[in-house]
Amino acid sequence: MSSDQKNKIVADLLPQEFGRAGVIWTISLIVICAIGLGAYIHQIQKGLEITAMRDYASWGIYISNFVFFVAISLVGSLITAIFRLTGVHWRTPLTRISEIIAVAAIIFASLAIIVDMGRPDRFMNLFLFARLQSPIMWDVIVITTYLMLSILFLYLPLLPDLPILIASKSGGKIGQWWYKFLGSFWKGTHLQIRMSKKAVKIISIMIIPIALSIHTVTSWLFATTYRPGWDSTNFGAYFVSGAFLVGAGGVVVAMYVFRRNYKLENYITEKHFDNMGKVLVMLALLYLYFNVNEYLVPAFKMKKAEEHHLMSLFTGEFSLLFWSVIILGMIVPVIVLLFPQGRKPMPMFVMGMLVVVGAWFKRFLIVAPTLLSPFLPMYDVPENYKNYFPTWEEWAITISTLAGALLIVTFFVRFFPIIPIHETIEERVLPLKLADHGKM
Amino acid sequence: MTELPKIVPLSEQKSRRDFIKGAVTAVVATAVTACSSKDPFTKAGENETKASGEKVKLLSVTGEIIEVDKAYLKPIPETPHVSNEEARKGIPGKKFVMVIDLAHCHNLKKCQSACNHAHFVHDHQNWIKIYPMQEAEHTSPFWQPTTCMHCDDPPCVKVCPVDATFKRQDGIVLIDNDRCIGCRFCMAACPYSTRVFNWEEPILPPQALEMQYSPETSCPPKIGTVSKCDFCPDMVRKGELPHCVSACPNGVFYFGDMNEDVVTNGSETVRFSELIRDRSGYRLMEDLGTKPSVYYLPPVDRSFPFEDGLKTKS
Repeated sequence: MSSDQKNKIVADLLPQEFGRAGVIWTISLIVICAIGLGAYIHQIQKGLEITAMRDYASWGIYISNFVFFVAISLVGSLITAIFRLTGVHWRTPLTRISEIIAVAAIIFASLAIIVDMGRPDRFMNLFLFARLQSPIMWDVIVITTYLMLSILFLYLPLLPDLPILIASKSGGKIGQWWYKFLGSFWKGTHLQIRMSKKAVKIISIMIIPIALSIHTVTSWLFATTYRPGWDSTNFGAYFVSGAFLVGAGGVVVAMYVFRRNYKLENYITEKHFDNMGKVLVMLALLYLYFNVNEYLVPAFKMKKAEEHHLMSLFTGEFSLLFWSVIILGMIVPVIVLLFPQGRKPMPMFVMGMLVVVGAWFKRFLIVAPTLLSPFLPMYDVPENYKNYFPTWEEWAITISTLAGALLIVTFFVRFFPIIPIHETIEERVLPLKLADHGKM
Repeated sequence: MTELPKIVPLSEQKSRRDFIKGAVTAVVATAVTACSSKDPFTKAGENETKASGEKVKLLSVTGEIIEVDKAYLKPIPETPHVSNEEARKGIPGKKFVMVIDLAHCHNLKKCQSACNHAHFVHDHQNWIKIYPMQEAEHTSPFWQPTTCMHCDDPPCVKVCPVDATFKRQDGIVLIDNDRCIGCRFCMAACPYSTRVFNWEEPILPPQALEMQYSPETSCPPKIGTVSKCDFCPDMVRKGELPHCVSACPNGVFYFGDMNEDVVTNGSETVRFSELIRDRSGYRLMEDLGTKPSVYYLPPVDRSFPFEDGLKTKS
């Protein structure tokens, strides 16, 4: 009985070949990446001249996209580490989804920052002449650390699944090579299991301060300046709360897509959606709280320097985007997800999308309007220096980084089980055995 | 302005590269005069140099190879190349300050054009801007030229990840365009919006391309890096005033050394401390704690009405 069950779990969760939709999806992502790469080559030849950034809006969607990636990568630590330490048992099917999102996002966060550099050829200067006093160096350090920890956090729980994958002969030649390369040493001995469990436990504690650091330090890239809208002592907490929200939203979207495409209804259940819905409500309310602090408190005072910035958001050139993000990206999800019907998979997917898309534009609203509200008025520059709308090259490069991250996730899912097989078996089959044992 | 004669001494030790570099800057006319028995550019006392008979070959700007007697070659006095290390240290014992007298500015923009000319700055990225300012609705408008403030607590230097922008012992904040990675964090950090970025490959006249780069001249500008007002340390090393100071016909800009307590606008030299005290000098955005090295004298007893400045073509 339990052996049948075990085989069924293995059969259900083994990585599957791309279907028709999968092939179309993958090819589209590759095409988008290729276009983005072409645009980037163009940028390397011409310089940042091809962007819409100019001396006032000196940072644009490259930077806001970078912040978005760092934000969404925090979900790895939320679902895997925080849920683990707080004993949330239903997390198991979500851990690997969130970890691969984290790894893909943090890789593209690093690339996004290189894309923004005026002199990418001098990248090595960051190490040759590193100045530890600069918040950028702090970011380099914590992001590298977080990437390493996230990869370990993805890899260690994957180990027990590798013998199962090798035995199943799935994944084709490439897959089998990888499985053997990554995990042929794993025999599942008592000692190995103990070491792995201990390592995972240590990482899940270590990764929390690192995760909080990556986004806090990223917020400090802004908060360490004097500018209206950035000069805030709340910025670290504001960014971290927003990061958890977008991360949870991203996981919800991924849950829905994997569940539908790989028929995982038995593993990612409606209960999971229901629980994640409640988590989303809590995180959205938390983020709204910080938004009230960031916008309404300065608005109450309306200091001269803040006025131009706040008015550009409330009623000015960014108002449509600003209110859409606040209402669609935060308030609507909260309202919908308060109802049990709203926490069913389909509405959850829609709300997750709203949260993620809203969060992307929210990062844009943090970066651009502030730069267009300098202390001294914008003056003695051509008219196009006074506003910012990204060029097609910027869009192409930015969208291709998003596509690239999705591509990493897609290929990962093609070769590795997106729901941990071994853990699922342990959770579902072993308790039954124990129960049987108890009867006797 | 006419170029002073430039002849580069050549010795056996100099590499071929240096030979070409030096020779290219040699002006053919001067080389020809140097060949004649009398060198009109050296002072009478020094003019007794005898021809040594040893000839050296030079490449003229028109591409001809000419021969000059070695004894007549003089080093270029005006462009001693300052090493990167020296440029980062600054001039010992100095603390440079600027005082901008708002009472006399009426937006002639001579400072701006002189600065742009000297640093090959194109119109979009003026290092000097002359803002029409009005503090409140019923207060009087005035013209406010801004340069880099060369803060004593510079926010831009704090955030630079690679030490490409730095504060020198003489108070000047410079950029090393050979090191800058173009992250533009300094631009976000500067509250005075004084920094500009070379978004495209700078379009430069030939003489700019020939220049050997130094943070002190900020020339030639380099694509993908940040530029800004540098207080003209190359001029200061020669004992001359920054271009904006000497270009202003109204004596708006005073430049000098705080340690000596002297500033000058070219025609008038005054005690810095007295000028600031007697005319209520102040600095911009004092509340931010950046401690600028640029002081302003309030626009009182003005020599021109504000409206005069509106006539200047931008």
